[in-house]
Amino acid sequence: MPLVGIRKLWHYFTRYIDSFLLTGILLLMVIGLVTLYSATGGDINRVIKQAVHMFIALSIMWLVANIPLQQIMRLALPLYVLGFVLLIGVALFGEINNGARRWLNIGISRIQPSEIMKIAVPLMMAWYFDKYEITLRLREYLGAAIILLLPVLLILRQPDLGTALLIAASGFYVLFLAGLSWRIIGGLIVAAVGSVPVLWSFMHDYQRQRVLTLIDPSQDALGAGYHTIQSSIAIGSGGIVGKGWQNGTQTQLDFLPEQSTDFIFAVFSEEFGLIGNSLLLLLYLIVIGRCMVITANASTQFTRLIAGSITLTFCTYIFVNMGMVSGILPVVGVPLPLISYGGTSLVTMLLGFGILMSIQTHPKLVKT
Amino acid sequence: MRSIVELRNHPLELYKFRKRLTICAGFVLLLFLTLFARFFYLQVTQGEHYHTLAEANRISIAPLVPNRGLILDRNGKILAQNYSTYTLELTPNKIPDLDATLKELANYVEITPSDLEQFRKLLRENKRFKSLPIRSRLTDEEVARFAANRYRFPGVEIQARILRYYPYGELAAHVVGYISRISDKDLEQLETSGELDNYRGSHFIGRIGIEQSYEQELHGITGFDEVETDAAGRSIRVLSRTPPISGNNLVLSLDIDLQQVANDAFGDRRGALVAIDPTNGEVLAFVSKPGFDANLFVGGIDHKNWKQLNESIDRPLNNRALRGVYPPGSTFKPFMALAALELGLRSPWYAISDIGYFSLPGTERRYRDWKVGGHGRVDLHKSLVVSCDTYYYGLAHDMGIDRIHNYIKQFGLGEKTGIDINGEVDGLLPSREWKMRRHNQRWYAGDTISVGIGQGYVLATPLQLAFSTGIIANRGKAFQPHFVKQVTNSQTGVTRELPKNLLYTVDHDPKNMELVHRALVDVTKPGGTAAKAAAGARYTFAGKTGTSQVIGIKQNERYKEELVAERHRDHAMFVAYAPADNPKIALSVLVENGGSGGSTAAPVARQVLDYFLLGILPESKTADPVAASEHTHPH
Repeated sequence: MPLVGIRKLWHYFTRYIDSFLLTGILLLMVIGLVTLYSATGGDINRVIKQAVHMFIALSIMWLVANIPLQQIMRLALPLYVLGFVLLIGVALFGEINNGARRWLNIGISRIQPSEIMKIAVPLMMAWYFDKYEITLRLREYLGAAIILLLPVLLILRQPDLGTALLIAASGFYVLFLAGLSWRIIGGLIVAAVGSVPVLWSFMHDYQRQRVLTLIDPSQDALGAGYHTIQSSIAIGSGGIVGKGWQNGTQTQLDFLPEQSTDFIFAVFSEEFGLIGNSLLLLLYLIVIGRCMVITANASTQFTRLIAGSITLTFCTYIFVNMGMVSGILPVVGVPLPLISYGGTSLVTMLLGFGILMSIQTHPKLVKT
Repeated sequence: MRSIVELRNHPLELYKFRKRLTICAGFVLLLFLTLFARFFYLQVTQGEHYHTLAEANRISIAPLVPNRGLILDRNGKILAQNYSTYTLELTPNKIPDLDATLKELANYVEITPSDLEQFRKLLRENKRFKSLPIRSRLTDEEVARFAANRYRFPGVEIQARILRYYPYGELAAHVVGYISRISDKDLEQLETSGELDNYRGSHFIGRIGIEQSYEQELHGITGFDEVETDAAGRSIRVLSRTPPISGNNLVLSLDIDLQQVANDAFGDRRGALVAIDPTNGEVLAFVSKPGFDANLFVGGIDHKNWKQLNESIDRPLNNRALRGVYPPGSTFKPFMALAALELGLRSPWYAISDIGYFSLPGTERRYRDWKVGGHGRVDLHKSLVVSCDTYYYGLAHDMGIDRIHNYIKQFGLGEKTGIDINGEVDGLLPSREWKMRRHNQRWYAGDTISVGIGQGYVLATPLQLAFSTGIIANRGKAFQPHFVKQVTNSQTGVTRELPKNLLYTVDHDPKNMELVHRALVDVTKPGGTAAKAAAGARYTFAGKTGTSQVIGIKQNERYKEELVAERHRDHAMFVAYAPADNPKIALSVLVENGGSGGSTAAPVARQVLDYFLLGILPESKTADPVAASEHTHPH
């Protein structure tokens, strides 16, 4: 009897969980904790704290996975509106930190509304396209563009270039998957290239510096270029097999900046070398592959679009983070998904995976 | 309702969507391949390069400064030693507001205006990333007070430094010299000589004297720690250590007690004394009065003291024994006498009748003897004993400047002796060529006359006079004068004797040398010019007095000592060697503005000889390091 009870309970808990995806996520998290232990110089308390973050994020994932998509869909509009209002609030009453107005104090704690928008924007756009599925004409695309651009511009004003671009990307993925015509995409690319000088003139000095530093890090070796140079040294000196866990000199002697958060990949890379990097890339690809399969099999326009956007955003995070740490992209504050220390991005990320699991595990309307 | 709509559009929608998704998947793969290519480039293609960079990040070289070798006198008394002290040092480029920091520091550590001034001087002379001392010899209390408030002062550190201390203060400063902070100019020189690596971490370098000329022996070899450092430059651990090798200890031939006796014998007078062992060239005493306290220079001398030393009319920084040039006066005569005998110009029995002056044939100008009315009948022996000028006027005229120059040159007058400290000057033994070169004038017969009594153009240093006297004392053998007797390896304790160096032997007939020698002995006997100073000596010694003119005396004037201002009085000279038959010491004494050699210079020599030969102290005086420089003794 108790065995049956446990089995029932187990079934109840894992009903809406995609075990394949979960395994991949857990493996990446373990890698994250192991690397974090080394990056913090053996600070077990930080590792435990991150494990707690992970537990919370996994719980949220589990919760979301248990919600049917129709309900999630209903959340799209209110969530978007809430995020938008908060963003306006930031613009008006936000706290200034390091020259950027990103945080809003809502009494109990400070929140970063742009974080909500990371999930709210693709949700809203997927909802929007789902609603106007039949009559997809230019007008609808313009509406979608407005949904996307309003929050992006607000975040750009904070200024938070990294987040703005990531949200823009997540929205663009929805547009692209919804079938935006190649002509318009071509036009957008031309417009994007054309807007570079305009964008440049709107950029803050520190943003320009980041771009310039990317082009030639040695120009400012102790200033803005320091991050890139030291992380490149860390990765490069790892060689093929790496220096071994907790043996990375760049890491252990504090030459690496932000080595437990945005630059944790350099730690991993220095200590585990090209072999470790390849295995990590492969593991990410497997997780992405599973997400792609879920996306391809999603039944409704809404689920397809949101699943695709989440999957591609996940890829973007990985590429942007690894690209900046290895010196092929400018330094923007993007964490390495599931591995970097920090709770907020972890929650956002697992929220997305929860949605994917929900899509995969709840009964699909089309199959009936 | 909705589900029906979805069903209807499903196949086409799904097809289009999956096409787009495939494109995305392809794009993602491409991005991942890009990342892999980048990792491959960094970790394989450039792996070696980045490995080197990481090692360079990690490892820094910390120099270990060797202990400087000690300087000892011939009896093992320490003339220069090291002591460790805490200094307060500032690195200017790490301090945002230097003035405020200095002001604030004064609340914890006593900083005098002179410290400040000295620091500002260092600030001007050094690069801003160098650590510069503002205070040395911090007390334990000051160290504790500062340490407790260290966090308030970025760029300010307490450093344990090894400083140099000269226990005898000014007694041997002109010989031992001093070290001072390495300047940018020194660094340039070290770089050209290829020694810069060995001075990484060194703060001091020998400036004058033995400290300077034996810098390479004394400095030692810098060791290195290979230190693992973190990004903030803190050292984490030592990976390997190459220990420094201490500098060698130097044992000088100088006898510091003899030096003290000689120094005291001068009293308040200015002057110089050089005493050499004529049988090997070892310098036994080397005095230049007044001296200066070498300890003042070690940490960098402050403006007030510098001004005092540099502008003093007594010129204490001038090493008179080494660099002072004076007409040798009558101390020149023994060489003239020997030349006369050797060249066959005079026989021992030949005598003149001195009436008090000499005139060149067919001229009116009178070259006066120092004794009015003259010495009467004077042969070569008497000419030295009573120091008859007239005898040498005639002799000089007969010998001519060429022969004087060529013969006396052998005794080293007017030439550097090549002693082992820097800064020696030439002096002058004139010749026709020299006068033509220097003054563009031909040599006149009258020029030769003054040269005969060691005046006119002749100039010599006290060191040269002691050296030349030593050659006579040692019957023609010339040994290289030198200060350093032994070099002791401070690691192994192995002592290396520096060999005595016989430079040459002056070719001579021993009978002639004996004649001069006997006359010089009689100088110290009753009837001789140094009889008074030599009275009662329990050894025989040879000597020669001299007077070196400071101002020219016009034709019809006589020199009246009491009428001449102190600074314009003649310099008193005396050369001597003893014991007469087996000389162990040869010396020269110069007393500036001392008047006659017999009355002021010879008594100084007598005290030195008494102490050296018999161990007799004038009063109860030994060299006492504490008394010599109590005000600069370290804590």
